[in-house]
Amino acid sequence: MTPGTRTAIVTGAARGIGLAVSERLIADGWTIAACDMLEDRLREEAARLGDSYRPYRLDVTSENDVNTVCERIAEENPPVLGLVNNAGVTRDSLLMRMDAEAWDLVLKVNLTGAFLMTKAVSRQMMRRRAGSIVNLSSVVALVGSAGQANYAASKGGLIGFTKSLARELASRNIRVNAIAPGFIETEMTLSLPEEVRKGYAERIPLGRMGKPSDIAEVTAFLLGDASSYVNGIVIPVDGGLST
Amino acid sequence: MSLENRVTEIIVNKLGVRAEEVSAEANFQTDLGADSLDLVELMMDFEDSFKLKISDEDSSSLKSVGDVIKYLKAHGVEE
Ligand SMILES: NC(=O)c1ccc[n+]([C@@H]2O[C@H](COP(=O)([O-])OP(=O)(O)OC[C@H]3O[C@@H](n4cnc5c(N)ncnc54)[C@H](O)[C@@H]3O)[C@@H](O)[C@H]2O)c1
Repeated sequence: MTPGTRTAIVTGAARGIGLAVSERLIADGWTIAACDMLEDRLREEAARLGDSYRPYRLDVTSENDVNTVCERIAEENPPVLGLVNNAGVTRDSLLMRMDAEAWDLVLKVNLTGAFLMTKAVSRQMMRRRAGSIVNLSSVVALVGSAGQANYAASKGGLIGFTKSLARELASRNIRVNAIAPGFIETEMTLSLPEEVRKGYAERIPLGRMGKPSDIAEVTAFLLGDASSYVNGIVIPVDGGLST
Repeated sequence: MSLENRVTEIIVNKLGVRAEEVSAEANFQTDLGADSLDLVELMMDFEDSFKLKISDEDSSSLKSVGDVIKYLKAHGVEE
């Protein structure tokens, strides 16, 4: 790809998987519209990564933010041909202790956020008759996880969302796929107690947690032309955990 | 160009039909062969050309060419 000819919007791009995805896509020549609420982190990474990483402050749960920022992104960058719905949160607890707030927040960020972003961006992609969308689901959507009913529901929702849009947008040459990461070393999983993380690692056939770059490689594949006949699938990237 | 002609031009470009087929009674889906996504895109084209916002509710009631022309006039689009 000629650098500077395509833009990918990445949500949750300030750290963790979103940041690794952004760096990997830049290596492929993408311009990144890096969206996150962590303005300081965005600015730091922009200083480090240079002009291909363009920071935009955005809360994926705010329809107003999403629409105005996506319009600005379209005006200020090369054509938007990629979207990575990566922003996500957890609020873990057992069902009996889960309050409606924790349920709503997780559904809102992880699922509604992807809906709002995709709606805003697909308009531009439809016009161009080209685009690729990658949704970050999770292994827990496939196998469940005690203490994460809200999170697993949101990530399972993303799979149905992915497959439906894969059908809906295919005639406009827009592909929609999902990745289901296993346990990846980021700030999200570092907040888990050490023994929990060790317990998880022992259940992974490859015997280790994944790195953000493991997810970034597969995202780059799904976003790029190498996967131009791949549509509506969920790729587990989990060291074998879900098999 | 008259409003009717501008609307016709947009429809011809989007759906690849002949201008003669675009009568006021013509239904986008049954007469002009539009699929549901074509309809969404047509509404987007009308919004851009005539600088207005067509709500999702309104757009589902715009089934024929005449519906659109009436709607545009009712929303202040000049001849
Ligand atoms: N780390 C893992 O093991 C793992 C496993 C499976 C799936 N995932 C998924 O991958 C994605 C990235 O995870 P991560 O581990 O990098 O997490 P992370 O917490 O390190 O990063 C998430 C990013 O999303 C941003 N964000 C949160 N809410 C937002 C909002 N409302 N609007 C905009 N940005 C928002 C955060 O500021 C943060 O920068 C998430 O969707 C997560 O559910 C992670």
